[in-house]
Amino acid sequence: MTTTNFLRMKKWKMTGIIILLLAITYGSSMITDFDVMKGIKSIPGTIAWIATNLIPDAAAMENLPKVLSRLWETIILSVIASTTAAVCAFFFAIFGSKTTQINRILAFSTRLIASVFRNIPVVAWALVLVISFGHNVVTGYFALFISTFGTLVRMFMETIDEASADGVEALNATGATYFQMVFKGVLPDTMPQMLSWLFYMIETNIRSATLIGLLTGTGIGYLFDLHYKRLDYGTLGLITLSIIVVVIAIEFTSNKVRRMIL
Amino acid sequence: MEHTALLQGIHVKNGKIKTRTLTKATITVRAVIIFLTIFTLIGPFLLKYSTIDWPTAIFYTFDNLKMMFLQPAFNQITFGTAITQIVITLALAFLATILGAFVSFFLAISTAKNLAPASLSNAIIAFNSVIRAVPTVLWVLIFAIVAGLGAVAAVLGMMLHTMAYLTKAYAESFEEIEEGAIEALRASGASWWHIIFHCVLPQSASYLVSWTFLRFETNYGVAIAMGAAAAAGGIGFELFMSSSFYYDLHEVGMITYCALIVAIVLEVIALQIKKRLMTQ
Repeated sequence: MTTTNFLRMKKWKMTGIIILLLAITYGSSMITDFDVMKGIKSIPGTIAWIATNLIPDAAAMENLPKVLSRLWETIILSVIASTTAAVCAFFFAIFGSKTTQINRILAFSTRLIASVFRNIPVVAWALVLVISFGHNVVTGYFALFISTFGTLVRMFMETIDEASADGVEALNATGATYFQMVFKGVLPDTMPQMLSWLFYMIETNIRSATLIGLLTGTGIGYLFDLHYKRLDYGTLGLITLSIIVVVIAIEFTSNKVRRMIL
Repeated sequence: MEHTALLQGIHVKNGKIKTRTLTKATITVRAVIIFLTIFTLIGPFLLKYSTIDWPTAIFYTFDNLKMMFLQPAFNQITFGTAITQIVITLALAFLATILGAFVSFFLAISTAKNLAPASLSNAIIAFNSVIRAVPTVLWVLIFAIVAGLGAVAAVLGMMLHTMAYLTKAYAESFEEIEEGAIEALRASGASWWHIIFHCVLPQSASYLVSWTFLRFETNYGVAIAMGAAAAAGGIGFELFMSSSFYYDLHEVGMITYCALIVAIVLEVIALQIKKRLMTQ
């Protein structure tokens, strides 16, 4: 008897959750004017449109040098924003992690700062920075730096917490100083995992750079916006394809490296 | 010296035990770090800067940040509007997550190595990595050409990325299920769908919920960006209007604070869900 009751309870619970989710979905589509049928209908239309229009033609190929130079700029920007943010994030993560914290107040405040940086939408940073720095790579750099920094502190902190509790205890027991403990114990232990996160952020930043570029009028995002508004879909296809190639190339390289170091 | 013979495999140099050994992994790590360091040092010189008046720019940045964070105020919109717009943003994120999760579940059972044939699995993985490579904002703008700018394009574009992300996460959770349990059901003559709904789904449910909520949290941020960059509505659009049209940094600050509080609440909930489900 008890087992059937338990199963019945579970069934009711599941049904309740499904009904609740459906209700929220319905409510959400009401307030956002999202029409599910229209959404489903526009999927085949978009696929057909992509297949016919988003193909780079001869006229689009003339823009190739321009696209490549913007793309190169975007790659450099993503890499340097990620690496510099990673260095800063490492120190914040050391002070914020439970295993390597110096004291609780410092740990709490570093975690709070990182959380604020991470959760303020990157759009807000970009829109504010563009006012003072103008349509410039520097705007993109700072916007990317801030959001990458926030995310990496969280990732690094989790890595340090997971990886090195035993090592830290052992080093502390031998009388190592704090800096020895960090640079001889924690750093070598967590380096491969942290590099893996860094690669992930470089890849993510190429995509974010497009978004920031669109908003601030810089880089590859600006080029996309320009040709989008001109209805020049051939060039649009070229830009999209080149972004796909770069992101997949970075993903491929980072997977290779990750397999070698982890 | 005779000690060295006893300590096999331990390298001694100048009377000290070498604690670092060079393996393939450590060499790769070093090479990667050296490459990234050089790239970071050279990179800034390869970029083209139009003339920046650094002192003025930095002064204005701090001035702007001061206006934004220390003197936030509502001018064009009211507090009520801000709340409504945040709810709309949350609704957009929810729709993209729930629709994406629904599709991902079916894609993931065709991707997990222990449930699906390798060829199908590889095809879906390749398809997903192409989807993921295109920035969300480009997907939204591409959908907007057919569906028109607005909620439909935004939800579809965000859904595609959610789908690519969750398929990978779900498939990995499915692959962690013990092979024995699936085999036992198969041996007892259970159909494929029986295996999915009575073994795979119950065993990985907590992971699925945790990943889905994590993605919802991410989608909230993405929805703000889409509001600003692709006119999808919601708080992002208000943010864009008050900064790019009205140049009203006090309001940008106020909107940022509102969006920030919701984001932190979501993050805390995601952490709690993860903690509770993983300890079960």
